Amino acid sequence: MRRASLQAALSPRSGGAWGGRRLLVFAGLLLLLVLAFVVGVGQGAVSIAPLEVFRALAGLQENPIVTDLRLPRVLGAVLVGAALGLAGAAYQGLFRNPLADPYLMGVAAGAAFGFTLSISFAGMVGAFGGALFFASVPGFAAFGAFVGALLAVAFTLLLAGGAARSHDLILAGVVVGSILTGLSTLVLLLDSDRIREVFSYTLGSLAFMGWRGVEVMGVALVVASPLLLGLSRALNALSLGEETARSLGLPLPRLRLLLIALSTLLTAIAVVYAGIIGFVGFVAPHILRRLVGGDYRFLLPASALGGGLLLVLADLLARVVARPTELPVGVVTTLLGGPFFLYLLWRARHA
Amino acid sequence: MLSAGRKTQGAEGLRAEGLSFAYRGKPVLTEVGLELRPGEWLALLGPNGAGKSTLLRLLAGLLKPSAGRVELDGQPLEGVTGYRRGQTIAFLSQNGGYPEDMTVEEVVRLGRTPHLGLLKREGKEDQEAVEWALEQTQTRPFRHRLLPTLSGGERQRVLLARALAAKPRYLLLDEPTAHLDLHHQAEFVALLTSLRAGGIGILTVLHDPNLALRADRVAFLSAGRIVAEGEPRTIVTQPILDHVYGPMVRVHEVEGRPVVLLG
Repeated sequence: MRRASLQAALSPRSGGAWGGRRLLVFAGLLLLLVLAFVVGVGQGAVSIAPLEVFRALAGLQENPIVTDLRLPRVLGAVLVGAALGLAGAAYQGLFRNPLADPYLMGVAAGAAFGFTLSISFAGMVGAFGGALFFASVPGFAAFGAFVGALLAVAFTLLLAGGAARSHDLILAGVVVGSILTGLSTLVLLLDSDRIREVFSYTLGSLAFMGWRGVEVMGVALVVASPLLLGLSRALNALSLGEETARSLGLPLPRLRLLLIALSTLLTAIAVVYAGIIGFVGFVAPHILRRLVGGDYRFLLPASALGGGLLLVLADLLARVVARPTELPVGVVTTLLGGPFFLYLLWRARHA
Repeated sequence: MLSAGRKTQGAEGLRAEGLSFAYRGKPVLTEVGLELRPGEWLALLGPNGAGKSTLLRLLAGLLKPSAGRVELDGQPLEGVTGYRRGQTIAFLSQNGGYPEDMTVEEVVRLGRTPHLGLLKREGKEDQEAVEWALEQTQTRPFRHRLLPTLSGGERQRVLLARALAAKPRYLLLDEPTAHLDLHHQAEFVALLTSLRAGGIGILTVLHDPNLALRADRVAFLSAGRIVAEGEPRTIVTQPILDHVYGPMVRVHEVEGRPVVLLG
C-alpha cells in the first residue's frame, strides 16, 4: 500500500501528476544539501568531525578553519551553484535549447578576456598602476573580469540587433565568445608570464570566495531570484514556441532582455568570484527537469538547489581527491559532469 | 441574436482591409480583404506559397502589415494591447512545438496566460475555462499524461485545447489537420463544427479542399491575392480549381456532393 502510493507520487503519469513527486524532490534536495554542507565544511586538507563542525557553527568552540576558511567556501559553492543553476534553467527555457548554459551570451569568454587584460596591464605598469585603480591587483583583475563579462553580453546583444530573435542571439553569443577567447590567447602570447594565473582562473575555484564573495553573490541572488521566478510564466509559455508565446500576448523582446540581464548579473558575479565552472548550470536544470517537470515555477528553484548541491559536492571532491593539494573545481565538474550526463542520456534512451 | 449581429455588423468580426505584406521587398500578400465573423467557420485554401500562413499571422497580430490594416471588432488591431489580443484571438501554429515535460493539463493551462499576465494567481474562472477546453476536445481522460506519450491526433487536440482555454472569440488554425489520419480529420471537423455553433469564429488554413467543403465559407488565396470567396459549393468548382492549382485537379460529384480528386 505504502509502496504503491510512493510509486504513484513518483510517476508523472499517475493521477496526482507532479504534486507528490515535486514535494519529495524538494525535500530530498534540501536534505542532501544540508548533508553535503556539513561534510563539505568538515572535510578538506584537514578533517574535522561533524560534532566539532556543529560546535564551531554554533559558536561554542573557536575554529578558524571552519569559520574563516571552510564556511565561506562551502556557502560560496551553494550560492555560485544556485546562480549557475538558475541562469542555466532560464537560458534553456528562453532559447528553447537543451544545450544552452549560463555562458551562452559570452559571459565566460568576456570575463576571461577582462581578467587577462587587466592582470597583464597591472603587471606592465607594476603594482603602482594596479593600486591606482584598486587596492590590489586581484581586485583590479576581478573588476576587469566583471566589466569584460558585461561588455561581452552587450556586444552579443548589439551584434544580434537586440533581443528580438533568439536564433541570432545564440549565433552572436558563439561569435563573441570565440573572438574574445582568441583575443585572450593573443594577450597571453604577448605576455606569457601570466599564463598560470589566467589558466587557474579559467578553471574555476571556490578558494577565493571569502565572506565578501558570499555577501555579494547572496545579495545578487536575493535580488534576481524573485524576479526570475516572476518570469516563470513567460518561460512556460515559451515552451510552446516563440510565436505562440507572442500570440498569448507576452511582450517577448522586453521579457527576453530582462531575463538576459538577470542571468548575466548572476553569472558575471559567479564568474568574478569563482572563475569559470563548467557543466553545473547545464546539467542541473537537465536533471531537475526530469524530476519536477517543465513548469518553471518549480524548475527554477529546483535548479538553484540542484546547482548548489552539485557544486558543493564537486568542490568537496576537488579538495579531498588530491589531499593535501586540491584540484580546480572546474576540472572536477567537467570530468564528472560529462560522463554523468552521458549516463543520464543513455538511461533515458533505454528506459 | 441575428438582429444584434446585423446591427453591429460594421463592428463585429476580425477583418482585413487592403492588407499587403512584403518580405525582403517581395510582395507576399497584395491588398487582401477578408472578414471572419463570430460563429462561422471560414476555410482558407490555396497552393503552397500563396501566403496563407502569412495572412493568418497578420490577422493574429504577429506580423505588421506593409499596408492596409486589420480590425478586431471595429478597432485597429495595432492599438489592442497584447494580453487583450491574446484573450480575443487564439492562434495555433502548424509547428510551434510542445513541451516534453509538461502534463496535458499544464499545457492547456498555458492558454490562460493572456488573462493572467505574469503574476496574477489562477482563479476559479481559469480552472473552469481549462475544464471546458479539456471537455470540448475530449482530452480530459489523459489530462495527467505527458505530451510525448500521446498519439499525434491526441496531441493536436491538446494543443487545440490550449488555444481554447483562453475562451477566444476568434480561433486561427494553421493546417490543424496536417498530421492527422482520416478518422482524426473527421473528428476534428466535427469538433470545429460544434465550436462554431458555440459562437466562435474559426479560420483554418487547409490543404484539402474536401475538408474545406465542410466550412461555412471558403476563400481561395493565390499568389498573395484572394481570387475567390464565398459559399463552399459555389467556390470549389472546376474553373476556380483550374485557376488556382492548374489542370491536374478534378471536381467530381459523388452522392450529390462535390469531391475533389487528383487527375
